[in-house]
Amino acid sequence: MSRNNGMIRLEGIGKSFKVATRTAGLKEAAKALFARKHTVVEALKDISFSIGEGEVVGYIGPNGAGKSTTIKVMSGILVPDDGSCSIMGYTPWKDRAEYVKHIGVVFGQRSQLWWDVPVLDSFELLRDIYKIPEAQYKANISMLTEMLALETIVQMPVRQLSLGQRMRCEIAASLLHSPKLLFLDEPTIGLDAVSKLAVRSFIKKLNKEQGVTVILTTHDMSDIEALASRILMIGKGSLLYDGSLEELKGRFGSGKTVTVDYRGESGPIEIPGAAMLEWSAERAVYSFDPEQLTLAEIVSRLSAFVEVVDIEVVAKDIDEMIVRLYEEHKI
Amino acid sequence: MRLYFKYMSIHLKSQMQYRTSFFLMSFGQFFIPFMVFGGLYLMFERFGQLKGWSFFEVALCFSVIHLSFSLSECFARGFDAFSSLVGKGDFDRLLVRPRSAALQVLGSKFEFTRIGRLLQSGIVFIWSVSNLPGLWTFPKLLALLFMVFNGLLIFTGIFILAATFCFWTIQALEVANVFTDGGREMAQYPLNIYEKGVTRFFTFIIPFGCVSYLPLMYILDKREGDMLLPLLMPFGGALFLIPCLLIWRIGVKHYRSTGS
Repeated sequence: MSRNNGMIRLEGIGKSFKVATRTAGLKEAAKALFARKHTVVEALKDISFSIGEGEVVGYIGPNGAGKSTTIKVMSGILVPDDGSCSIMGYTPWKDRAEYVKHIGVVFGQRSQLWWDVPVLDSFELLRDIYKIPEAQYKANISMLTEMLALETIVQMPVRQLSLGQRMRCEIAASLLHSPKLLFLDEPTIGLDAVSKLAVRSFIKKLNKEQGVTVILTTHDMSDIEALASRILMIGKGSLLYDGSLEELKGRFGSGKTVTVDYRGESGPIEIPGAAMLEWSAERAVYSFDPEQLTLAEIVSRLSAFVEVVDIEVVAKDIDEMIVRLYEEHKI
Repeated sequence: MRLYFKYMSIHLKSQMQYRTSFFLMSFGQFFIPFMVFGGLYLMFERFGQLKGWSFFEVALCFSVIHLSFSLSECFARGFDAFSSLVGKGDFDRLLVRPRSAALQVLGSKFEFTRIGRLLQSGIVFIWSVSNLPGLWTFPKLLALLFMVFNGLLIFTGIFILAATFCFWTIQALEVANVFTDGGREMAQYPLNIYEKGVTRFFTFIIPFGCVSYLPLMYILDKREGDMLLPLLMPFGGALFLIPCLLIWRIGVKHYRSTGS
Protein backbone atom coordinates (compact mmCIF):
# COMPACT_ATOMS: atom_id res chain seq x y z
CA MET A 1 0.00 0.00 0.00
CA SER A 2 1.40 3.30 -1.01
CA ARG A 3 0.01 5.38 1.83
CA ASN A 4 0.79 2.74 4.36
CA ASN A 5 2.75 4.31 7.16
CA GLY A 6 2.32 1.28 9.35
CA MET A 7 0.00 2.58 12.04
CA ILE A 8 -0.90 -1.03 12.70
CA ARG A 9 1.59 -3.78 12.18
CA LEU A 10 0.91 -7.43 12.91
CA GLU A 11 3.61 -9.98 12.37
CA GLY A 12 3.22 -13.71 12.66
CA ILE A 13 0.41 -13.56 15.19
CA GLY A 14 -0.61 -17.02 16.30
CA LYS A 15 -3.11 -18.13 18.87
CA SER A 16 -4.42 -21.53 19.78
CA PHE A 17 -7.04 -22.54 22.28
CA LYS A 18 -7.45 -25.72 24.21
CA VAL A 19 -10.93 -26.99 23.74
CA ALA A 20 -12.36 -29.76 25.83
CA THR A 21 -13.70 -32.51 23.64
CA ARG A 22 -16.41 -34.80 24.75
CA THR A 23 -18.00 -37.63 22.91
CA ALA A 24 -21.70 -38.25 23.22
CA GLY A 25 -23.19 -40.46 25.87
CA LEU A 26 -23.65 -40.36 29.60
CA LYS A 27 -20.71 -42.63 30.27
CA GLU A 28 -18.41 -40.39 28.31
CA ALA A 29 -19.78 -37.33 30.06
CA ALA A 30 -19.04 -38.91 33.42
CA LYS A 31 -15.55 -39.76 32.25
CA ALA A 32 -15.05 -36.20 31.08
CA LEU A 33 -15.74 -34.98 34.59
CA PHE A 34 -12.47 -36.48 35.74
CA ALA A 35 -10.19 -36.72 32.77
CA ARG A 36 -10.94 -34.18 30.13
CA LYS A 37 -9.50 -34.61 26.72
CA HIS A 38 -8.29 -31.46 25.12
CA THR A 39 -7.76 -30.73 21.50
CA VAL A 40 -5.82 -27.72 20.46
CA VAL A 41 -7.59 -25.48 18.01
CA GLU A 42 -5.47 -23.04 16.10
CA ALA A 43 -7.58 -19.92 15.98
CA LEU A 44 -4.94 -17.78 14.31
CA LYS A 45 -2.03 -18.99 12.25
CA ASP A 46 0.80 -16.67 11.34
CA ILE A 47 -1.30 -13.58 10.67
CA SER A 48 0.66 -10.66 9.30
CA PHE A 49 -0.56 -7.44 7.81
CA SER A 50 -0.12 -3.76 8.19
CA ILE A 51 -2.63 -0.97 7.99
CA GLY A 52 -1.87 2.66 7.40
CA GLU A 53 -3.36 5.65 9.11
CA GLY A 54 -6.62 6.78 7.59
CA GLU A 55 -7.48 3.49 5.94
CA VAL A 56 -10.87 1.82 6.14
CA VAL A 57 -10.35 -1.91 6.14
CA GLY A 58 -13.03 -4.54 5.88
CA TYR A 59 -12.13 -7.64 7.81
CA ILE A 60 -14.18 -10.53 6.56
CA GLY A 61 -14.46 -14.26 6.81
CA PRO A 62 -17.01 -16.93 7.64
CA ASN A 63 -18.14 -17.51 11.20
CA GLY A 64 -15.44 -19.02 13.37
CA ALA A 65 -12.66 -18.00 11.00
CA GLY A 66 -10.81 -16.00 13.63
CA LYS A 67 -12.17 -12.51 13.00
CA SER A 68 -13.11 -11.71 16.54
CA THR A 69 -9.98 -13.37 17.90
CA THR A 70 -7.92 -10.98 15.78
CA ILE A 71 -9.98 -8.03 16.94
CA LYS A 72 -9.51 -9.15 20.54
CA VAL A 73 -5.76 -9.35 20.06
CA MET A 74 -5.66 -5.95 18.40
CA SER A 75 -7.77 -4.33 21.10
CA GLY A 76 -5.60 -5.70 23.88
CA ILE A 77 -8.14 -8.10 25.37
CA LEU A 78 -6.35 -11.26 24.34
CA VAL A 79 -2.69 -12.16 24.59
CA PRO A 80 -1.50 -14.12 21.53
CA ASP A 81 0.84 -17.11 21.76
CA ASP A 82 3.35 -15.83 19.29
CA GLY A 83 4.01 -12.99 16.94
CA SER A 84 4.24 -9.30 17.50
CA CYS A 85 1.82 -6.47 17.10
CA SER A 86 2.46 -2.80 17.21
CA ILE A 87 -0.33 -0.28 17.00
CA MET A 88 0.52 3.39 17.26
CA GLY A 89 3.72 2.26 18.94
CA TYR A 90 1.95 0.23 21.62
CA THR A 91 1.82 -3.49 22.10
CA PRO A 92 -1.89 -3.78 22.85
CA TRP A 93 -1.77 -6.55 25.45
CA LYS A 94 1.22 -5.17 27.28
CA ASP A 95 0.33 -1.49 27.43
CA ARG A 96 -3.41 -2.15 27.70
CA ALA A 97 -4.41 0.70 29.99
CA GLU A 98 -2.42 3.30 28.07
CA TYR A 99 -3.24 1.90 24.64
CA VAL A 100 -7.02 1.66 24.95
CA LYS A 101 -7.27 5.40 25.50
CA HIS A 102 -6.55 5.76 21.80
CA ILE A 103 -8.99 3.25 20.40
CA GLY A 104 -12.73 2.97 20.21
CA VAL A 105 -14.50 -0.36 20.03
CA VAL A 106 -18.08 -1.03 19.02
CA PHE A 107 -19.35 -4.56 19.51
CA GLY A 108 -22.49 -4.67 17.42
CA GLN A 109 -24.06 -7.35 19.55
CA ARG A 110 -23.27 -5.96 22.97
CA SER A 111 -24.16 -2.63 24.39
CA GLN A 112 -21.82 -0.34 26.23
CA LEU A 113 -24.61 1.95 27.33
CA TRP A 114 -26.41 1.68 30.62
CA TRP A 115 -29.82 0.29 29.89
CA ASP A 116 -32.14 2.20 32.19
CA VAL A 117 -30.76 5.72 32.16
CA PRO A 118 -30.81 8.42 29.48
CA VAL A 119 -28.05 8.07 26.90
CA LEU A 120 -26.52 11.33 28.04
CA ASP A 121 -25.91 9.86 31.51
CA SER A 122 -23.99 7.00 29.92
CA PHE A 123 -21.95 9.51 27.95
CA GLU A 124 -21.12 11.38 31.12
CA LEU A 125 -19.99 8.23 32.88
CA LEU A 126 -17.78 7.41 29.90
CA ARG A 127 -16.36 10.90 30.13
CA ASP A 128 -15.27 10.09 33.68
CA ILE A 129 -13.98 6.64 32.77
CA TYR A 130 -11.81 8.03 30.00
CA LYS A 131 -11.02 11.24 31.91
CA ILE A 132 -11.97 13.32 28.90
CA PRO A 133 -11.27 17.04 29.40
CA GLU A 134 -14.49 19.05 29.58
CA ALA A 135 -13.79 21.16 26.50
CA GLN A 136 -12.99 18.14 24.36
CA TYR A 137 -16.05 16.33 25.67
CA LYS A 138 -18.35 19.20 24.83
CA ALA A 139 -16.89 19.60 21.37
CA ASN A 140 -17.22 15.90 20.65
CA ILE A 141 -20.76 15.71 21.98
CA SER A 142 -21.92 18.55 19.80
CA MET A 143 -20.15 17.16 16.76
CA LEU A 144 -21.52 13.65 17.27
CA THR A 145 -25.05 14.83 18.07
CA GLU A 146 -25.08 16.75 14.86
CA MET A 147 -23.49 14.14 12.63
CA LEU A 148 -25.57 11.27 13.97
CA ALA A 149 -28.76 13.26 14.56
CA LEU A 150 -28.95 12.42 18.23
CA GLU A 151 -30.55 15.58 19.70
CA THR A 152 -33.91 14.04 20.39
CA ILE A 153 -32.71 10.65 21.53
CA VAL A 154 -29.94 11.42 24.02
CA GLN A 155 -32.51 12.29 26.65
CA MET A 156 -34.21 8.93 26.38
CA PRO A 157 -33.31 5.80 28.32
CA VAL A 158 -31.56 3.24 26.18
CA ARG A 159 -34.27 0.64 26.63
CA GLN A 160 -36.74 2.86 24.78
CA LEU A 161 -34.53 3.29 21.73
CA SER A 162 -34.90 1.37 18.51
CA LEU A 163 -31.98 -0.75 17.41
CA GLY A 164 -30.93 1.81 14.83
CA GLN A 165 -31.04 4.66 17.32
CA ARG A 166 -29.15 2.58 19.81
CA MET A 167 -26.43 1.74 17.34
CA ARG A 168 -25.97 5.42 16.54
CA CYS A 169 -25.56 6.08 20.26
CA GLU A 170 -23.15 3.14 20.61
CA ILE A 171 -20.97 4.56 17.88
CA ALA A 172 -21.09 8.01 19.44
CA ALA A 173 -20.17 6.50 22.81
CA SER A 174 -17.07 4.89 21.39
CA LEU A 175 -15.89 8.16 19.88
CA LEU A 176 -16.25 10.49 22.86
CA HIS A 177 -12.57 10.24 23.71
CA SER A 178 -11.48 11.05 20.13
CA PRO A 179 -9.82 7.72 19.33
CA LYS A 180 -7.57 7.53 16.31
CA LEU A 181 -8.53 3.97 15.60
CA LEU A 182 -12.03 2.56 15.59
CA PHE A 183 -12.93 -1.13 15.65
CA LEU A 184 -16.42 -1.86 14.46
CA ASP A 185 -17.58 -5.41 15.04
CA GLU A 186 -20.68 -5.95 12.93
CA PRO A 187 -21.98 -2.41 13.28
CA THR A 188 -24.96 -2.85 10.97
CA ILE A 189 -26.21 -6.19 12.26
CA GLY A 190 -29.97 -6.22 12.50
CA LEU A 191 -30.41 -2.65 11.32
CA ASP A 192 -33.08 -1.51 8.87
CA ALA A 193 -32.10 0.03 5.56
CA VAL A 194 -32.37 3.64 6.69
CA SER A 195 -30.25 3.12 9.81
CA LYS A 196 -27.70 1.14 7.84
CA LEU A 197 -27.25 3.97 5.40
CA ALA A 198 -27.02 6.51 8.22
CA VAL A 199 -24.35 4.49 9.99
CA ARG A 200 -22.39 3.99 6.79
CA SER A 201 -22.41 7.59 5.73
CA PHE A 202 -21.32 8.59 9.21
CA ILE A 203 -18.37 6.22 9.19
CA LYS A 204 -17.37 7.51 5.79
CA LYS A 205 -17.54 11.08 6.97
CA LEU A 206 -15.66 10.33 10.14
CA ASN A 207 -12.88 8.73 8.17
CA LYS A 208 -12.70 11.54 5.68
CA GLU A 209 -13.02 14.51 8.00
CA GLN A 210 -11.28 13.29 11.12
CA GLY A 211 -8.91 10.81 9.53
CA VAL A 212 -9.99 8.07 11.91
CA THR A 213 -8.70 4.66 10.88
CA VAL A 214 -11.48 2.11 10.78
CA ILE A 215 -11.37 -1.66 10.99
CA LEU A 216 -14.70 -3.18 10.28
CA THR A 217 -15.90 -6.75 10.52
CA THR A 218 -19.17 -7.60 8.90
CA HIS A 219 -21.11 -10.25 7.05
CA ASP A 220 -22.93 -7.61 5.08
CA MET A 221 -20.97 -7.19 1.87
CA SER A 222 -22.76 -4.00 0.99
CA ASP A 223 -21.10 -2.49 4.07
CA ILE A 224 -17.76 -3.41 2.61
CA GLU A 225 -18.71 -2.13 -0.81
CA ALA A 226 -19.84 1.19 0.62
CA LEU A 227 -16.97 1.71 3.04
CA ALA A 228 -13.87 -0.34 2.68
CA SER A 229 -11.12 0.45 0.25
CA ARG A 230 -9.32 -2.65 1.29
CA ILE A 231 -10.36 -6.14 2.26
CA LEU A 232 -8.63 -8.58 4.54
CA MET A 233 -10.11 -12.03 4.39
CA ILE A 234 -9.46 -14.67 6.99
CA GLY A 235 -10.46 -18.30 6.92
CA LYS A 236 -9.59 -21.12 9.30
CA GLY A 237 -7.19 -18.82 11.08
CA SER A 238 -5.11 -17.85 8.06
CA LEU A 239 -5.08 -14.66 6.10
CA LEU A 240 -6.31 -15.56 2.62
CA TYR A 241 -6.73 -12.29 0.80
CA ASP A 242 -5.40 -8.80 1.23
CA GLY A 243 -6.24 -6.33 -1.46
CA SER A 244 -8.71 -3.87 -2.83
CA LEU A 245 -12.29 -4.57 -3.73
CA GLU A 246 -11.63 -3.63 -7.36
CA GLU A 247 -8.92 -6.21 -7.59
CA LEU A 248 -11.33 -8.80 -6.30
CA LYS A 249 -13.90 -7.77 -8.85
CA GLY A 250 -11.33 -7.96 -11.61
CA ARG A 251 -10.38 -11.44 -10.56
CA PHE A 252 -13.84 -12.86 -10.78
CA GLY A 253 -14.77 -11.26 -14.05
CA SER A 254 -17.45 -8.83 -14.98
CA GLY A 255 -20.26 -11.34 -14.95
CA LYS A 256 -23.86 -10.19 -14.82
CA THR A 257 -27.12 -11.77 -13.92
CA VAL A 258 -30.31 -11.21 -15.87
CA THR A 259 -33.77 -11.89 -14.53
CA VAL A 260 -36.49 -12.17 -17.14
CA ASP A 261 -40.21 -12.16 -16.39
CA TYR A 262 -42.13 -13.77 -19.20
CA ARG A 263 -45.63 -14.76 -20.22
CA GLY A 264 -46.49 -17.95 -22.05
CA GLU A 265 -46.01 -21.66 -21.61
CA SER A 266 -42.59 -23.09 -22.14
CA GLY A 267 -40.11 -25.56 -20.79
CA PRO A 268 -36.67 -24.33 -19.77
CA ILE A 269 -34.94 -22.61 -22.67
CA GLU A 270 -31.20 -23.16 -22.96
CA ILE A 271 -29.17 -20.24 -24.25
CA PRO A 272 -25.67 -21.01 -25.53
CA GLY A 273 -23.11 -18.94 -23.65
CA ALA A 274 -25.33 -18.25 -20.63
CA ALA A 275 -25.87 -20.37 -17.56
CA MET A 276 -29.40 -20.91 -16.40
CA LEU A 277 -29.70 -20.25 -12.67
CA GLU A 278 -33.45 -20.57 -12.31
CA TRP A 279 -36.44 -21.45 -14.43
CA SER A 280 -39.97 -21.25 -13.14
CA ALA A 281 -43.33 -20.35 -14.57
CA GLU A 282 -43.12 -16.66 -15.42
CA ARG A 283 -39.48 -16.17 -14.40
CA ALA A 284 -36.06 -17.13 -15.72
CA VAL A 285 -32.64 -16.20 -14.38
CA TYR A 286 -29.37 -16.49 -16.32
CA SER A 287 -25.84 -15.45 -15.62
CA PHE A 288 -23.70 -14.32 -18.53
CA ASP A 289 -20.56 -12.52 -19.51
CA PRO A 290 -21.38 -9.35 -21.50
CA GLU A 291 -18.15 -9.68 -23.43
CA GLN A 292 -19.22 -13.03 -24.83
CA LEU A 293 -22.93 -12.57 -25.20
CA THR A 294 -25.07 -9.45 -25.44
CA LEU A 295 -28.28 -8.88 -23.60
CA ALA A 296 -30.10 -8.36 -26.91
CA GLU A 297 -29.14 -11.86 -28.00
CA ILE A 298 -30.58 -13.35 -24.85
CA VAL A 299 -33.80 -11.42 -25.18
CA SER A 300 -34.25 -12.20 -28.85
CA ARG A 301 -33.59 -15.88 -28.20
CA LEU A 302 -36.21 -15.94 -25.44
CA SER A 303 -38.71 -13.92 -27.48
CA ALA A 304 -38.80 -16.69 -30.02
CA PHE A 305 -40.57 -18.88 -27.46
CA VAL A 306 -42.27 -16.62 -24.91
CA GLU A 307 -43.44 -13.05 -24.48
CA VAL A 308 -40.82 -11.13 -22.50
CA VAL A 309 -42.50 -8.83 -19.98
CA ASP A 310 -39.69 -7.42 -17.89
CA ILE A 311 -35.90 -7.58 -17.73
CA GLU A 312 -33.58 -6.81 -14.87
CA VAL A 313 -29.81 -6.92 -15.14
CA VAL A 314 -27.47 -6.75 -12.14
CA ALA A 315 -23.72 -6.87 -11.89
CA LYS A 316 -22.44 -9.95 -10.14
CA ASP A 317 -22.87 -9.32 -6.54
CA ILE A 318 -20.01 -9.10 -4.16
CA ASP A 319 -21.50 -11.80 -1.94
CA GLU A 320 -21.11 -14.20 -4.81
CA MET A 321 -17.48 -13.23 -5.25
CA ILE A 322 -16.81 -13.80 -1.60
CA VAL A 323 -18.43 -17.22 -1.79
CA ARG A 324 -16.23 -17.99 -4.78
CA LEU A 325 -13.21 -16.83 -2.82
CA TYR A 326 -14.21 -19.05 0.10
CA GLU A 327 -14.61 -21.96 -2.31
CA GLU A 328 -11.24 -21.30 -3.83
CA HIS A 329 -9.66 -21.70 -0.42
CA LYS A 330 -11.98 -24.53 0.59
CA ILE A 331 -13.27 -22.94 3.74
CA MET B 1 -12.85 6.47 43.97
CA ARG B 2 -14.68 9.37 42.37
CA LEU B 3 -15.48 7.12 39.45
CA TYR B 4 -16.87 4.52 41.82
CA PHE B 5 -19.39 7.05 43.10
CA LYS B 6 -20.28 7.98 39.55
CA TYR B 7 -21.00 4.35 38.85
CA MET B 8 -23.08 4.27 41.98
CA SER B 9 -25.14 7.26 40.97
CA ILE B 10 -25.93 5.85 37.54
CA HIS B 11 -27.08 2.61 39.13
CA LEU B 12 -29.15 4.48 41.66
CA LYS B 13 -30.83 6.31 38.81
CA SER B 14 -31.48 3.01 37.07
CA GLN B 15 -32.91 1.42 40.15
CA MET B 16 -35.21 4.36 40.74
CA GLN B 17 -36.80 3.62 37.38
CA TYR B 18 -38.42 0.63 38.99
CA ARG B 19 -39.63 2.08 42.23
CA THR B 20 -42.29 -0.44 43.18
CA SER B 21 -39.98 -3.33 42.62
CA PHE B 22 -37.32 -1.53 44.62
CA PHE B 23 -39.59 -1.05 47.62
CA LEU B 24 -40.93 -4.59 47.52
CA MET B 25 -37.44 -6.03 47.31
CA SER B 26 -36.19 -3.84 50.13
CA PHE B 27 -39.20 -4.82 52.19
CA GLY B 28 -38.42 -8.48 51.58
CA GLN B 29 -34.79 -7.93 52.43
CA PHE B 30 -35.87 -6.38 55.70
CA PHE B 31 -37.69 -9.51 56.74
CA ILE B 32 -35.23 -12.23 55.77
CA PRO B 33 -32.74 -11.56 58.57
CA PHE B 34 -35.66 -10.57 60.77
CA MET B 35 -36.77 -14.20 60.76
CA VAL B 36 -33.31 -15.35 61.71
CA PHE B 37 -33.19 -12.77 64.43
CA GLY B 38 -36.62 -13.89 65.66
CA GLY B 39 -35.20 -17.38 66.03
CA LEU B 40 -32.31 -15.99 68.03
CA TYR B 41 -34.68 -14.12 70.31
CA LEU B 42 -36.84 -17.18 70.96
CA MET B 43 -33.78 -19.27 71.69
CA PHE B 44 -32.71 -16.86 74.39
CA GLU B 45 -36.26 -16.71 75.75
CA ARG B 46 -35.84 -20.39 76.42
CA PHE B 47 -32.20 -20.78 77.45
CA GLY B 48 -31.35 -17.35 78.83
CA GLN B 49 -27.75 -17.32 77.66
CA LEU B 50 -25.23 -18.87 75.30
CA LYS B 51 -21.89 -19.96 76.73
CA GLY B 52 -21.78 -16.93 78.94
CA TRP B 53 -23.06 -14.52 76.32
CA SER B 54 -26.26 -12.66 77.01
CA PHE B 55 -28.97 -11.99 74.46
CA PHE B 56 -27.88 -8.42 73.71
CA GLU B 57 -24.26 -9.43 73.42
CA VAL B 58 -25.08 -12.05 70.83
CA ALA B 59 -27.44 -9.60 69.13
CA LEU B 60 -24.57 -7.16 68.81
CA CYS B 61 -22.39 -9.83 67.26
CA PHE B 62 -25.24 -10.73 64.94
CA SER B 63 -25.88 -7.17 63.86
CA VAL B 64 -22.22 -6.40 63.15
CA ILE B 65 -21.93 -9.34 60.78
CA HIS B 66 -25.25 -8.58 59.13
CA LEU B 67 -24.35 -4.92 58.67
CA SER B 68 -21.13 -5.96 56.96
CA PHE B 69 -22.92 -8.50 54.84
CA SER B 70 -25.66 -6.19 53.63
CA LEU B 71 -23.16 -3.44 52.86
CA SER B 72 -21.00 -5.84 50.89
CA GLU B 73 -23.99 -7.16 48.99
CA CYS B 74 -24.91 -3.63 48.09
CA PHE B 75 -21.49 -2.31 47.15
CA ALA B 76 -19.60 -5.35 45.95
CA ARG B 77 -22.50 -6.90 44.10
CA GLY B 78 -20.55 -6.56 40.86
CA PHE B 79 -18.30 -9.41 41.88
CA ASP B 80 -21.20 -11.44 43.19
CA ALA B 81 -22.92 -11.18 39.82
CA PHE B 82 -19.69 -11.57 37.91
CA SER B 83 -20.50 -14.85 36.20
CA SER B 84 -23.14 -13.19 34.07
CA LEU B 85 -20.66 -10.48 33.10
CA VAL B 86 -18.25 -13.09 31.81
CA GLY B 87 -20.96 -15.28 30.36
CA LYS B 88 -22.41 -12.47 28.28
CA GLY B 89 -18.97 -11.39 27.14
CA ASP B 90 -19.31 -7.97 28.69
CA PHE B 91 -16.03 -8.42 30.47
CA ASP B 92 -14.28 -7.80 27.14
CA ARG B 93 -15.91 -4.42 27.09
CA LEU B 94 -14.35 -3.58 30.46
CA LEU B 95 -10.93 -4.57 29.18
CA VAL B 96 -11.01 -2.04 26.36
CA ARG B 97 -11.43 0.77 28.83
CA PRO B 98 -8.46 2.48 30.45
CA ARG B 99 -9.36 1.65 34.04
CA SER B 100 -8.61 -1.26 36.32
CA ALA B 101 -10.82 -4.25 35.73
CA ALA B 102 -11.55 -4.69 39.44
CA LEU B 103 -12.89 -1.15 39.78
CA GLN B 104 -15.08 -1.54 36.74
CA VAL B 105 -16.46 -4.86 37.91
CA LEU B 106 -17.19 -3.29 41.26
CA GLY B 107 -19.01 -0.52 39.44
CA SER B 108 -20.91 -2.87 37.17
CA LYS B 109 -23.61 -3.60 39.69
CA PHE B 110 -25.07 -2.29 42.91
CA GLU B 111 -27.88 -3.83 44.86
CA PHE B 112 -29.59 -1.00 46.64
CA THR B 113 -32.47 -3.17 47.77
CA ARG B 114 -30.12 -4.42 50.49
CA ILE B 115 -31.04 -1.26 52.30
CA GLY B 116 -33.86 -3.29 53.82
CA ARG B 117 -31.44 -5.75 55.33
CA LEU B 118 -29.16 -2.91 56.35
CA LEU B 119 -31.99 -1.14 58.11
CA GLN B 120 -32.99 -4.26 59.99
CA SER B 121 -29.43 -4.93 61.11
CA GLY B 122 -29.03 -1.27 62.04
CA ILE B 123 -32.05 -1.45 64.31
CA VAL B 124 -30.76 -4.56 66.05
CA PHE B 125 -27.35 -2.88 66.36
CA ILE B 126 -28.72 0.23 68.04
CA TRP B 127 -31.07 -1.78 70.20
CA SER B 128 -28.28 -3.99 71.53
CA VAL B 129 -25.80 -1.15 71.97
CA SER B 130 -28.31 0.83 74.00
CA ASN B 131 -29.08 -2.19 76.15
CA LEU B 132 -25.49 -3.05 76.92
CA PRO B 133 -23.93 -0.99 79.71
CA GLY B 134 -20.58 0.67 79.19
CA LEU B 135 -20.54 0.63 75.42
CA TRP B 136 -20.98 4.34 75.01
CA THR B 137 -17.30 5.21 74.90
CA PHE B 138 -15.59 6.59 71.88
CA PRO B 139 -12.97 3.85 71.38
CA LYS B 140 -15.54 1.09 71.72
CA LEU B 141 -17.93 2.61 69.21
CA LEU B 142 -15.01 3.26 66.89
CA ALA B 143 -13.93 -0.36 67.22
CA LEU B 144 -17.46 -1.46 66.31
CA LEU B 145 -17.34 0.77 63.25
CA PHE B 146 -14.01 -0.74 62.23
CA MET B 147 -15.47 -4.20 62.66
CA VAL B 148 -18.35 -3.48 60.32
CA PHE B 149 -16.05 -1.88 57.76
CA ASN B 150 -13.51 -4.68 57.76
CA GLY B 151 -16.25 -7.27 57.75
CA LEU B 152 -17.41 -5.63 54.55
CA LEU B 153 -13.92 -6.14 53.14
CA ILE B 154 -13.88 -9.82 54.08
CA PHE B 155 -17.20 -10.48 52.37
CA THR B 156 -15.95 -8.53 49.36
CA GLY B 157 -12.84 -10.71 49.33
CA ILE B 158 -14.98 -13.84 49.21
CA PHE B 159 -17.03 -12.38 46.39
CA ILE B 160 -13.85 -11.60 44.47
CA LEU B 161 -12.56 -15.11 45.07
CA ALA B 162 -15.80 -16.62 43.83
CA ALA B 163 -15.78 -14.31 40.82
CA THR B 164 -12.26 -15.38 39.96
CA PHE B 165 -13.39 -18.96 39.61
CA CYS B 166 -15.69 -17.84 36.82
CA PHE B 167 -12.62 -17.48 34.64
CA TRP B 168 -12.17 -21.22 34.78
CA THR B 169 -15.73 -22.36 34.97
CA ILE B 170 -18.37 -20.11 33.52
CA GLN B 171 -21.09 -21.24 35.87
CA ALA B 172 -21.29 -19.47 39.17
CA LEU B 173 -19.82 -21.58 41.87
CA GLU B 174 -22.35 -22.38 44.54
CA VAL B 175 -19.38 -23.41 46.65
CA ALA B 176 -18.70 -19.76 47.31
CA ASN B 177 -22.04 -19.40 49.02
CA VAL B 178 -20.83 -21.82 51.63
CA PHE B 179 -18.38 -19.15 52.65
CA THR B 180 -20.52 -16.04 52.23
CA ASP B 181 -23.84 -17.26 53.53
CA GLY B 182 -22.20 -19.94 55.63
CA GLY B 183 -19.64 -17.53 57.02
CA ARG B 184 -22.35 -15.08 57.88
CA GLU B 185 -24.45 -17.71 59.63
CA MET B 186 -21.47 -18.95 61.64
CA ALA B 187 -19.98 -15.61 62.52
CA GLN B 188 -23.22 -14.07 63.68
CA TYR B 189 -22.79 -16.10 66.88
CA PRO B 190 -19.80 -15.87 69.18
CA LEU B 191 -17.23 -18.26 67.76
CA ASN B 192 -16.51 -19.97 71.07
CA ILE B 193 -19.70 -22.01 70.78
CA TYR B 194 -18.18 -24.03 67.94
CA GLU B 195 -15.56 -26.74 67.67
CA LYS B 196 -11.94 -25.65 67.79
CA GLY B 197 -11.44 -26.40 64.09
CA VAL B 198 -14.31 -24.18 63.02
CA THR B 199 -13.12 -21.36 65.24
CA ARG B 200 -9.63 -21.59 63.81
CA PHE B 201 -10.90 -21.67 60.26
CA PHE B 202 -12.86 -18.47 60.79
CA THR B 203 -9.95 -16.80 62.52
CA PHE B 204 -7.02 -17.65 60.33
CA ILE B 205 -8.38 -18.71 56.91
CA ILE B 206 -11.42 -16.50 56.51
CA PRO B 207 -10.91 -14.11 59.38
CA PHE B 208 -14.50 -13.38 60.37
CA GLY B 209 -13.35 -13.83 63.95
CA CYS B 210 -11.25 -10.69 63.65
CA VAL B 211 -14.30 -8.59 62.95
CA SER B 212 -16.76 -10.15 65.35
CA TYR B 213 -15.88 -12.54 68.13
CA LEU B 214 -12.32 -11.53 69.02
CA PRO B 215 -12.73 -7.76 69.33
CA LEU B 216 -16.10 -8.22 70.97
CA MET B 217 -14.39 -10.07 73.83
CA TYR B 218 -12.61 -6.86 74.68
CA ILE B 219 -15.42 -4.52 73.89
CA LEU B 220 -17.76 -6.48 76.14
CA ASP B 221 -15.10 -6.71 78.84
CA LYS B 222 -14.95 -10.49 78.67
CA ARG B 223 -11.23 -10.28 78.42
CA GLU B 224 -8.90 -7.75 79.98
CA GLY B 225 -6.68 -5.80 77.70
CA ASP B 226 -5.76 -2.56 76.11
CA MET B 227 -8.53 -0.98 74.00
CA LEU B 228 -5.95 -0.69 71.24
CA LEU B 229 -6.33 -4.40 70.56
CA PRO B 230 -9.96 -4.41 69.43
CA LEU B 231 -9.29 -1.25 67.49
CA LEU B 232 -6.51 -2.89 65.48
CA MET B 233 -7.83 -6.42 65.27
CA PRO B 234 -10.52 -5.77 62.66
CA PHE B 235 -7.86 -4.63 60.22
CA GLY B 236 -6.44 -8.12 60.42
CA GLY B 237 -9.60 -9.13 58.63
CA ALA B 238 -8.84 -6.73 55.84
CA LEU B 239 -5.59 -8.58 55.16
CA PHE B 240 -7.77 -11.29 53.71
CA LEU B 241 -8.49 -9.01 50.77
CA ILE B 242 -4.85 -9.00 49.66
CA PRO B 243 -4.55 -12.64 48.58
CA CYS B 244 -8.03 -12.38 47.05
CA LEU B 245 -6.96 -9.50 44.85
CA LEU B 246 -3.77 -11.34 43.89
CA ILE B 247 -5.73 -14.40 42.84
CA TRP B 248 -8.08 -12.11 40.94
CA ARG B 249 -5.17 -10.77 38.95
CA ILE B 250 -4.07 -14.27 38.08
CA GLY B 251 -7.62 -14.93 36.93
CA VAL B 252 -7.67 -11.89 34.67
CA LYS B 253 -4.33 -12.95 33.21
CA HIS B 254 -5.68 -16.42 32.57
CA TYR B 255 -8.75 -14.97 30.91
CA ARG B 256 -6.68 -12.84 28.62
CA SER B 257 -4.60 -15.77 27.49
CA THR B 258 -7.45 -18.20 26.96
CA GLY B 259 -10.31 -15.93 26.13
CA SER B 260 -12.81 -18.21 27.76
